[in-house]
Amino acid sequence: MQAELIDIRNHLAQHAPFDEMAEEMLDKVVSSIEISYFRAGTPILEFGQRNTWLFYVRSGAVEIYRRSGELYSRMSEGEIFGQFGLLIHKTVRFPAKAIEDCLIYRIPDTVFQYLWENDENFADFADTEGRSRLRSAVSRREKSNVLMTSKVTRLISRKPVSAPCTVRLQEAARIMTDQGVSALLLMDEEGDRPKLKGIITDRDLRTRAVTEALPSETPISEIMSDDPITTRARSFIFEAMLTMLHNNIHHLPVMDNDEVRGVIALSDIVKYESQSSLYLVSNIYHQQDIRGLKKISRDVRDSFVRLVNEDANSHMIGSAMAGIGRSFTQRLLELGEEKLGPPPVPYCFMALGSMARDEQLVVTDQDNAMILDDSFNPPEHDAYFLALAKFVSDGLDACGYTYCTGDIMATNEKWRQPLKVWKSYFIDWIDNPKAEALLNSNIFFDLDGIYGRTEFAEELKTLVAERASNSQRFLAMLARNALNRTPPLGFFRTFVMEEDGKQNNTFNLKRRGTAPLSDLIRVHALACGSRAQNSFNRLKAIAETKLIPDDGVGNLRDALEFISIVRIRHQALAIEAGREPDNNVRPEDLSPFERSHLKDAFQVVSNAQKFLKFRYHGQVGRHG
Amino acid sequence: MADQKDPVSESNEAWPDRFIQLAENARDPRLKAFYQAGCVAPETPLADAPLVALDFETTGLNPEEHSIVSIGLVPFSIGGIQLGEGRHWVVRPQLPLHQTSITIHGITHTDIDKAPDLNEVLEEILEAMTGRIAVVHYRSIERPFFDVAMKWRLNEGFSFPVIDTMAIEAHLYPNRQPTRWQKLKGMKSVSIRLADSRTRYGLPHYPPHNALIDAIATAELLQAQVHHHFSLDTAVKDLWL
Repeated sequence: MQAELIDIRNHLAQHAPFDEMAEEMLDKVVSSIEISYFRAGTPILEFGQRNTWLFYVRSGAVEIYRRSGELYSRMSEGEIFGQFGLLIHKTVRFPAKAIEDCLIYRIPDTVFQYLWENDENFADFADTEGRSRLRSAVSRREKSNVLMTSKVTRLISRKPVSAPCTVRLQEAARIMTDQGVSALLLMDEEGDRPKLKGIITDRDLRTRAVTEALPSETPISEIMSDDPITTRARSFIFEAMLTMLHNNIHHLPVMDNDEVRGVIALSDIVKYESQSSLYLVSNIYHQQDIRGLKKISRDVRDSFVRLVNEDANSHMIGSAMAGIGRSFTQRLLELGEEKLGPPPVPYCFMALGSMARDEQLVVTDQDNAMILDDSFNPPEHDAYFLALAKFVSDGLDACGYTYCTGDIMATNEKWRQPLKVWKSYFIDWIDNPKAEALLNSNIFFDLDGIYGRTEFAEELKTLVAERASNSQRFLAMLARNALNRTPPLGFFRTFVMEEDGKQNNTFNLKRRGTAPLSDLIRVHALACGSRAQNSFNRLKAIAETKLIPDDGVGNLRDALEFISIVRIRHQALAIEAGREPDNNVRPEDLSPFERSHLKDAFQVVSNAQKFLKFRYHGQVGRHG
Repeated sequence: MADQKDPVSESNEAWPDRFIQLAENARDPRLKAFYQAGCVAPETPLADAPLVALDFETTGLNPEEHSIVSIGLVPFSIGGIQLGEGRHWVVRPQLPLHQTSITIHGITHTDIDKAPDLNEVLEEILEAMTGRIAVVHYRSIERPFFDVAMKWRLNEGFSFPVIDTMAIEAHLYPNRQPTRWQKLKGMKSVSIRLADSRTRYGLPHYPPHNALIDAIATAELLQAQVHHHFSLDTAVKDLWL
């Protein structure tokens, strides 16, 4: 390359995918360029035409269309197009037209193919459908977080310490002291091989044995936790962390099929993540009043920012934040019960929406409800539950979980009902679906029991899983509602592009990105009878039933992860800059990397919506 | 100077005949070969015309007093400019390099001291120009300076047709200087300098005063002018001078 062409090289070097290219390679590109001028309104590429060039917009603006003539994209300075055809038969698949006077740098196919073969970053970027590059964008990020790349087995430092579940309290305590462990596994030794039956921890000894002054001869089976929650040896550390967060447990046996490989403790993970959100969770349980809770709620945002800076993935961050929110709620319920006395009838406190999905972020209101035992008698009992609901709701508001504007809170009488009424609600929603009503009750299809008789919530999940998959009308209506919010088409200069070509200055990354995705994932999950609540887990369930093709599921996962992470990063940056975090993003706030991959992700969402529409179109047409 | 004629109104079909004449008269074999290769036919449509954008950086504006400092050229057609074919030479001026030229062109005394004389790179330059029509912005630089430089070194002149993008702009804006009355009303004069002309066609800003970049900039300007004001079928004789 002639040294005098350095300014042309510098222009390329400012734009992806040339920004990460080796100098010699970039020199080769510059030397191969042919410059062409296109006047506004003239076609650059026509459908079916032979094309052997990659196009780089040096100045001006270009519109790309689908074969149907539908607008596909609008390109400006520094963007490339034409690669679609270069990869397939050298024939134009997406026509292009100059919409302003344009100066175009054309790069010949031979050089394009050379870059495609020799520069991975370039190949990812230029990939036709943008899906594999979305995947590599997602995995590149995940690779950098040790919690997501290391297996739990790495945390196991010794053989598991266990005892037969027939031992007495004192014997168990002695083994724990002698061995210096904070948890003891209790095994059922009746069969050919010992089987994990329960677990007892330091905390159990303190809270159950000592405070209740149990005799030392008490059988350990009376105070141990039965059928403890475990993790598989293949799990990543972050999965173990999520399990601990979700269940508020500090010890997790690691299983290799039926065999216990070891036990990992909260402290093992905290070593990896010094300022852990798990630490915040355990701190929540030490607070004695709302004032204390309110005080530590200020740490929630720091914990969020730290996770973001440690390159945690969205599943991890969403679960950590939901785990924290759940802990606040649980602690408030404990404090409420201390203040108001024990509940007159059993109840379950239920989280709804993002907390139930384990997809909570920092900008969130509270969505909750109470399922009461069927023996509930309003005149006699409701004053108690109203007071408890109000105590929790006010406490949550004080801790930053603002009141729900749609009044979906246990303080609302309608959402503080016995199990049988809840069942009738769900049966009515599913059997007599009305689009308008479903818009408001959507949130109840993401539910999770978080305190008290959580089996009430499980009964509702079972009811939904069984009934929803058999009601095509319900699914069709839900599908139609899931199409209400669409993603933008992409970006053009500092604008958000809509499908009709309109340009806006800003867009809501939740309403136009993550929400439409979780909506459509919910429809598919309900259709395949899944009980999962988290969108990623729902996708796994969908993949197992082959309801949508495998790569379709993978694409949805990548799109959800990428959009979520951009949204999360946007909020973390606002917090770090001392601004109030929100979901409104301006294109100029996005890096070129984020812009181009977001466009790919939007494309995935848009295609998935089309698929949903196609799948339920008939039903929507008949009944809608 | 002889070159100051209205470009577009004057239709000049004489260049091929002149080349035959010039080939006969030329003494230097390099010049002779250039002319013998012939001139692009006057009726050639712009779409098919082989072109070469040419730009000189000089120590001043008067070919009799000033010297060439650097030469940039790039072969092209209205359809495309091949960046990889672009060439750039720094040449040693016969006359002292003024401080002002150093600041303008960014070429230092050290560059000049190491640079060859124009005569040493003449063959390469002529080779790149052979069979192509030169395109310049402001015809009173490249052709007259080249002519004087050849007379100085070879004792014979050098002549070739040029398409002048500045002359095209001048033709498009005949009344570019506002009258006193228009000035009072706030009307500004239209600049036909390279950078200003480019802006009118939406062409990007390039850092000025590098002969190769200026040659590329000129080539792009001609592409834009043709797309806006002429047709691909316009004959080259309608534009060359």
